[in-house]
Amino acid sequence: MVRMTGSQILLECLQREGVSTIFGYPGGVVLPLYDTLPQFPALRHVLVRHEQGAAHMADGYARASGEVGVCLATSGPGATNLVTGIATSFLDSTPMVAITGNVARTLLGKDGFQEADITGITQPITKHNYLVMRAENIAMTVREAFHIARSGRPGPVHVDIPKDVFQEEAEFEWPEEINLRGYRPTTKGHAGMIRRAADAINKAKRPIIISGHGIIWGDSSDELVALAEKAQIPVITTFLGIGGFPETHSLSYGFLGMHGMYHANMAADEADVVIGIGMRFDDRAMGRFNDFNPDATIVHIDIDPAEIGKNLPTAIPVVGHVKRVLPELTERLEVHDRSQWLGWIDKVEEEHPSLEIRETRRLIPQEIVRTLYEETNGTATLVTGVGQHQMWAGQHYFYDSPRKLVSSGGLGTMGFELPAAIGAQMGMPDSEVWAICGDAGFQMTMQELAVCVDERLPVKIAIMNNGYLGMVRQWQELFYDENFVSVAVTQPDFCKLAEAYGIRALRIESKSEVLPAVQEARNYDGPILLDFHVDQDENVWPMVPAGAALSETIEMPEKELVR
Amino acid sequence: MTTTNGTKPGQHTVVAIVEDKPGVLQRVAGLFRRRGFNIESLAVGPTEFEGLSRMTIIVDGASAPVEQVEKQLYKLIDVVKVSDLTHEDAITRELALLKVRCNNVNRHELLDIANVFRADVVDMATNSLMLQVVGDEDKINGLIKMCEPYGIRELSRTGTIAMTRGQKTTTVHESEPEAIARVHQSQGRRVEADLPFSSD
Repeated sequence: MVRMTGSQILLECLQREGVSTIFGYPGGVVLPLYDTLPQFPALRHVLVRHEQGAAHMADGYARASGEVGVCLATSGPGATNLVTGIATSFLDSTPMVAITGNVARTLLGKDGFQEADITGITQPITKHNYLVMRAENIAMTVREAFHIARSGRPGPVHVDIPKDVFQEEAEFEWPEEINLRGYRPTTKGHAGMIRRAADAINKAKRPIIISGHGIIWGDSSDELVALAEKAQIPVITTFLGIGGFPETHSLSYGFLGMHGMYHANMAADEADVVIGIGMRFDDRAMGRFNDFNPDATIVHIDIDPAEIGKNLPTAIPVVGHVKRVLPELTERLEVHDRSQWLGWIDKVEEEHPSLEIRETRRLIPQEIVRTLYEETNGTATLVTGVGQHQMWAGQHYFYDSPRKLVSSGGLGTMGFELPAAIGAQMGMPDSEVWAICGDAGFQMTMQELAVCVDERLPVKIAIMNNGYLGMVRQWQELFYDENFVSVAVTQPDFCKLAEAYGIRALRIESKSEVLPAVQEARNYDGPILLDFHVDQDENVWPMVPAGAALSETIEMPEKELVR
Repeated sequence: MTTTNGTKPGQHTVVAIVEDKPGVLQRVAGLFRRRGFNIESLAVGPTEFEGLSRMTIIVDGASAPVEQVEKQLYKLIDVVKVSDLTHEDAITRELALLKVRCNNVNRHELLDIANVFRADVVDMATNSLMLQVVGDEDKINGLIKMCEPYGIRELSRTGTIAMTRGQKTTTVHESEPEAIARVHQSQGRRVEADLPFSSD
């Protein structure tokens, strides 16, 4: 046993948990921790420009690398600035440990300078949170926090530590064992349920798999491919499930939902057995719940028992880890010829192509994404914000492996793109990382450009600049009688802005400039910003209007075809 | 109309064994608020094991399927075990203190009423008396109704607590991990001794 300060114990524990990078911002109450940081040279601290950026970077780091992301902030405003990022992580179930300082124990609850009841605030948006009142409890808390964040259904864990606890000395002992009697995630699926699921699938004429984020976090793409291939079941994914099943595979039919592929939505609606794997039947994916394929038998495989039957009545639930459940299920599945069913979907796809990029006069974002796909051969990691560009990045790039699309699906956080791309690049230093940005969302977190420079990150930043809050404009056009209110955004000259930070920048205004710009960005070793000035009026299609059923998917109207 | 254990139709009696840690009540209350489950009554107290508290929660079943209530409670790290006693053969009790207005003329009537309800007189003053009564919700409501004509000056009720009859318990045995495993299994949760994945 060694006597150490709370700060030393915390940093020692982070190191032992395998942390190499911390995204943070110093301030009053965390000064004792920052004072100790140089004693741990293996821990790389990335100085962000706003704490929200720290949380998104930790999130992006986690999504790209699969490891727990760590962010750090001071009390009060520092801590509350993390909240959006923590909630983003919570809704998408990504592993994150957020550490905040708080005022000294004697001042807690007395409204002192920079005090906020941050554990009270983060309680509903974390998997678990802690207020550590003694230095001797730090080690066990950190152990538990990482265990909870990365196991079962992953999620963010928040640890709040008062200033004088950082300074307090305690005996340090690394806790070998964790005993959380209230937390034992189910990993092995119920054998009887797996048998029932197999029977239902074997009898099915038109089964379909909807695979989600759980396949990616459960590291089970191979198991899913084996299952689908053996039983010849078509696979569609949720938006966050993109990449969990190789999109160029012959059984892959894209993603479903509000802006999913027409044939994917129709197939989900036509299927007789719907097999949800590692997903949660979210409203954006399923359309109006009451009218989602009422005749289908729903098989739901997920690690979180609370997701079973939450949104849709489930006939056959299997609670367990996909890595364990899928091989057991595959073993019980019969080899089937489902060419008739697959042919049905192929025909719908042929008659209603969702991914065709039409000839246009003006530059449209779809062709930029497609050019990027063709140039990178699908090897790049795309990190998106939220809105139209996010949907196009999901639709027109084809992801053959997990963790190549990083996006805020659940919370839909604009401004996620740049900081998350920075985190993704730091988590995967050898990957080619593209931040696909909207011009409005980019302005929410663009101060993090400085981090690209500080850390010499070769992040490629592509702004789909249409001068609008594009998705909001699309809704106002379609559902609010073209009453455009507060959607046109004035912008700085993004190229000049980038250059002010010492970042290279290119302005692209015509179709012919796209390919050279993408090639130039790829060949440039350093951060580079591409400001694509695209058609202002382009809408995302297909679309399931809010509150409509998947069967009511609308395709691009004819008047928009020519532009 | 009530079920055998006094739970009203539409209501559910849920017992949660939770870690006795700061903030656990807020976590449970926050969960109920966020998911829109209405709490009719809540009682919290220590259990036979140090470090564990027992919460008895009466939920308005119309506000949410009780299965979701149980599953959401289980998601809280500090919740060790959840049991639904609604359809169990269980004893439910609450305690009430009533301060009832009275005078020299009607005091005897009130004492007769108290006697019928087996309520104890715990304090007496010249123009009021305090009754303590223990029972299920209906019994206490009955006494309140009988006292109303005299004038109830103050009423304080605890939440309902509940316990199953016979051998069966809803508790957690710290010294018996197999028993905990069985408990989890009976709730449809499988507990594995070995967790072979790195993600576990």
